[in-house]
Amino acid sequence: MEKGNSTNSRRAFLRSSALLGGGLMIHFSGLTRFSPAEKLGNIDLPEQWNEINGYVKITADNLIKIICPNPEFGQNVMTSLPMIVAEELDVDWKKVIVEMGPHDNVKLGPQFTGGSNSVRMYWRPLRQAGAAARHMLKEAAAQTWGVPVEEITTKAGMLFHEKSGKSAKYGDVASKAATVPVPKDIKLKDVKSFNVVRHSQKNVEGEKIVTGKPLFGLDYTHEGMLIAMIEHPPAIGMKLKSFDASKTLQMPGVKDVFTLKLFEDGFEQGGFDTRTFNDLLVVVGKSTWEVMNARKKLVVEWTAAGDTKDYAGGRNGKTERIVPGELENTDRQYQKMREFADKPAQQLRKDGDPETAFKNAAQIIERTYTAPFLAHNCMEPMNFFAHVTDEKALLVGPLQAPGWTEPTLVKLLNLPADKIEIQMTRMGGGFGRRAYGHYLMEAALISKKVKAPIKLMYTREDDMTYGVYRPMYTATYRAALDANKNLIAFHVKGGGIPEHPIHANRFPAGAVDNYLAEGWQIPSNITTGAFRAPRSNFNAAAEQSFLDEVAEAMGKDPIEFRLELLKRAKETPVGKNNEYDADRYAGVLKLIRDKSGWNKPENKKYNRGVAAYFCHSSYAAHVVDMVMKDGQPYVERVFSAMDCGIVVNPDAATNMVQGAVVDGIGNAFYGGLIHKDGVAQQNNFNKYRIIRINEAPKKIDVSFVQNDIDPTGLGEPPFPPVFGAVANALYKTLGNRLYQQPFAVPVTDKRAF
Amino acid sequence: MIKLTINKKEHNVDVDPDTPLLWVLRDTLNLVGTKYGCGVAQCGACVVHLNGEAVRSCVTKVSRAEGKKVVTIEGLSETHTHPLQKAWLDLDVSQCGYCQAGQIMSAAVLLKENKNPTDQDIDDAMAGNICRCGTYLRIREAIHAAAKIQRQDA
Repeated sequence: MEKGNSTNSRRAFLRSSALLGGGLMIHFSGLTRFSPAEKLGNIDLPEQWNEINGYVKITADNLIKIICPNPEFGQNVMTSLPMIVAEELDVDWKKVIVEMGPHDNVKLGPQFTGGSNSVRMYWRPLRQAGAAARHMLKEAAAQTWGVPVEEITTKAGMLFHEKSGKSAKYGDVASKAATVPVPKDIKLKDVKSFNVVRHSQKNVEGEKIVTGKPLFGLDYTHEGMLIAMIEHPPAIGMKLKSFDASKTLQMPGVKDVFTLKLFEDGFEQGGFDTRTFNDLLVVVGKSTWEVMNARKKLVVEWTAAGDTKDYAGGRNGKTERIVPGELENTDRQYQKMREFADKPAQQLRKDGDPETAFKNAAQIIERTYTAPFLAHNCMEPMNFFAHVTDEKALLVGPLQAPGWTEPTLVKLLNLPADKIEIQMTRMGGGFGRRAYGHYLMEAALISKKVKAPIKLMYTREDDMTYGVYRPMYTATYRAALDANKNLIAFHVKGGGIPEHPIHANRFPAGAVDNYLAEGWQIPSNITTGAFRAPRSNFNAAAEQSFLDEVAEAMGKDPIEFRLELLKRAKETPVGKNNEYDADRYAGVLKLIRDKSGWNKPENKKYNRGVAAYFCHSSYAAHVVDMVMKDGQPYVERVFSAMDCGIVVNPDAATNMVQGAVVDGIGNAFYGGLIHKDGVAQQNNFNKYRIIRINEAPKKIDVSFVQNDIDPTGLGEPPFPPVFGAVANALYKTLGNRLYQQPFAVPVTDKRAF
Repeated sequence: MIKLTINKKEHNVDVDPDTPLLWVLRDTLNLVGTKYGCGVAQCGACVVHLNGEAVRSCVTKVSRAEGKKVVTIEGLSETHTHPLQKAWLDLDVSQCGYCQAGQIMSAAVLLKENKNPTDQDIDDAMAGNICRCGTYLRIREAIHAAAKIQRQDA
């Protein structure tokens, strides 16, 4: 038996109460510190979120309801998180009713979907919630039957006392259970005895999805609801100068046209209060199509915004940041990156004496890799419903981080937090994009202004040209080999617009005696944000390509070369703070070597590329098998190996990895957004190429390392190394290496696709 | 007034005849299973059936639907047990789920015309439907499975 409070220094507490009409409700004030392995942006999570709560309701008529705390964007947490509760509660999973909880950080914890954190951060607290409720139900049964609690057993929502032959449903004793003192020392199940978790369970919303039920933000409706859209400047770096709405106002269905400021001058922004445009030109009308048409009649004059200022609040007080006013061009962005790459950079980590090692090297390999801005392109464009009055606000829509949005809403609406209700709908994709709640804030301000319930909707064009992209990145890698072709030094210098991608303490740091990591960054007005495995999604492409190049120069097999480095990192690690576990890292490589039949003659017909990566506390490796199809490189088959500890919902986890592989192939081949005088040159799917079914592999074989380690991230970790594996397979396929993403349509200075 | 027959039910709608069918379905009739993804016939999230043909409702004027039979995801099967819906659930295809109604509606036309599609047939028929989560492999598999159910039922 495991003890539930081993990770907590503070005393655990639970709260229980009787449900109206009989039954048990348990709010479980949790025990686990929330410790994201990878920060999103540069923001630490607020301290008050360290306490996590679960939420279980059992009614007298035996309905068992489990509230899902975290927003669902396709990672399947609405299924996997309640499964964790159900496991310890010992109920029949098929009878459990799952509901998405409202925003309530007090009862439901951080409620943050991102950083592959959901299962990782709720694992212990939700197990404890289930176990505590089960214990209280047993206690209630013991008291009712007058028998020792130790003699009570449970199975699938039933309580049994074998000696007397008595049995009861959970619901029968739920009201009494609500009066039982909450246990302080909660015993959790042995992970080997799980019968809900570690067993594939279907998506609890699957049926609603395939029958077209209203689930998403755009599906939400409300009596008297108006539709709002924002006409934003055509270029990042421009702002509204003047507008004439006379023709728009004559269009059918139009109610109002006006301007609003998102933030007043000097507004202290929270870490996720990213905004691209501040002056909002708003059209409000009766229906979507009417508003779309009315927008076309706007006569607007835009002007260069010039340099502007952003103010960030935070622990260190208010800080000012100049946002440069340049109307950016992709050619110039690449040129600037080359200029910055030659300048001195910030040292992020240094082991040994890399300068001397490079000076004494018999051979130096140096390569530079680049990747463009990427748009998230969630299938459901940004939108939010808002109904704001003088007294309260109701906000409903797709949002990854309600807890980070609420403090800003409090300031913008001048309402106390308890008067702001945020409901999270199912999201049509997220990928990090919906951690940035500007669209929700815009919706709230518009509703306040028109004094009516409104749904703000971005068209696809609004969505794709708004900004909040994956940053543009580059990195130059250098490896020093001695006369015997031993790797004696490793140097990475990475930069980007507006941030560098480097994780200085990750592999191969720790495996090379002389190591140097440096970073630099170029300020920009192009707004950026977390995109499925931030920074890692570039690093894994560049670093894993480079390692293959080094292996080739050393005459080594790419997998064996990586395993040798990992052996070194395990046996005599270099430096401190190495973030990864060399054994687990090697584990996925060995698994993929076996599963893919690496070097087996029958696979010679494929151009094979391998890559592995560690992020979000998990380990991923892929082998992609590439062929030429219709004159184009095509990934026909992929083998994936993951180590994310205990796999909560195996089939859904496999689906997630397969999706990440497809997403990775798509972005590696086609992803990219470029600018001309600040104008995004891709504004819809006819210009921004997304991978389609005929470009997806025939087979993606997913294997998980079997262990009993507490689960870690899965939404992001399989994504980054796909880029590297594709790059390495392309080298085999084409005979030359590609350094600039996207690979299918290279972005060049002259012809940026 | 435009008279529409949607999922075997008649509706009279008072909208501009140029309004895309998508917005009549979603805004006027509150049939929100049909999704907006791009508005330019690129992503397939809005696919519905017009007299049995797959059309992109985001670029189909409502006037074109007058006098024709419109079927949306809500009406694909009265009991929600179309072979594709069964196969989709059996293989747990969906991730975010936003595109899946459009995928299923496109696949339904394929299966009507081709009782035993190959991978190539599926790729050809489904290349107009984007799934940003990348569930394409399961979509393929589910269409094969649905074709099998359909053949067994027939």
